[in-house]
Amino acid sequence: MSNSFILISIAIMSIVTALLRFLPFLIFRNRKTPAIISYLGTVLPCAIMGMLVVYCLKGVNFVGLEGWIPALLASICVVLLHVWKRNTLLSIIVGTACYMILVRLF
Amino acid sequence: MKKEIIKKALVSTIPVMSGYVVLGIGFGILMSTNGLNPLWSLLMSLFIYAGSMQYVAIGLLTGGASFLTTALTTLMVNARHLFYGISMIDKYSKIKKGKLYDIFGLTDETYALVVEDRPDIQEEDLPSYYFLVSILDQSYWVTGSMIGALLGTMITFDTTGIDFSLTALFIAIFTEQCVSNGNRKAGIIGVVSSVVCLILFGPGNFLIPSMILITVLLCTMRKSIEQGGGQNE
Repeated sequence: MSNSFILISIAIMSIVTALLRFLPFLIFRNRKTPAIISYLGTVLPCAIMGMLVVYCLKGVNFVGLEGWIPALLASICVVLLHVWKRNTLLSIIVGTACYMILVRLF
Repeated sequence: MKKEIIKKALVSTIPVMSGYVVLGIGFGILMSTNGLNPLWSLLMSLFIYAGSMQYVAIGLLTGGASFLTTALTTLMVNARHLFYGISMIDKYSKIKKGKLYDIFGLTDETYALVVEDRPDIQEEDLPSYYFLVSILDQSYWVTGSMIGALLGTMITFDTTGIDFSLTALFIAIFTEQCVSNGNRKAGIIGVVSSVVCLILFGPGNFLIPSMILITVLLCTMRKSIEQGGGQNE
């Protein structure tokens, strides 16, 4: 990771994020939002979160038990806890603690 | 600026404060334990200012992702912000001072606060209220990330596994969206497309094909998703 690589990456992320926030004020000011855009707005976030879960778990390997059991159990823990309590912070903290303990046991 | 408005902004942002400070600390710790200088954390919280994207960024930076992957990932992860802007066009149209910052600061949480109707605040005071809410929220986020980044450089105990907090964050948001919005079909499309692309293209190159496949599938299956969406709950 060179400094210029990090700096350019941060600049790209900043510009794209700002663009998404400013664009509606520039283009949709007097026009109706196209139906396909509204539709993607409701379904894309959930699909992309699914992709990010896969992205985070891409390093899991299935060679030995220690490669995947802690991640699997901790992930199940997060899902169950979240369905039960619906508290994002609680799910993250308990899930991470679970994982940190499990990787030391296996 | 009226004292009463400052007080109202402070009170309404309290829930965001607890969330942003804790999530910010988590972000800062992960940055530092991944060997990224606290100054980068500061820069990101000041200029990117998008919670889940900054968590994803840690993976992109440490994994040496291409600039194109970084740009497209930001586009997809933050696409929802487009809709916050769309629904705020009218409310923000009357603002004269600070409008640019108000728009820049439209994160999920800030949006949730400013979109709410406040009949208790006079119309002429609304612009100052929006501005205060926006700037208070970002100050919580920046404070949290700085505390975390500095803590992260001081941590001496074994932090193996702390990176899982990133996974846990996305699993929690994903679960929330599947349960609350009846978006289960979209969620399944996201997971299945990504797993298929991960197998086909490998861990280093699967994000771009996944995003393309997801968009294509969501568009072609629109009818069945829209029909099923409301009936899931």
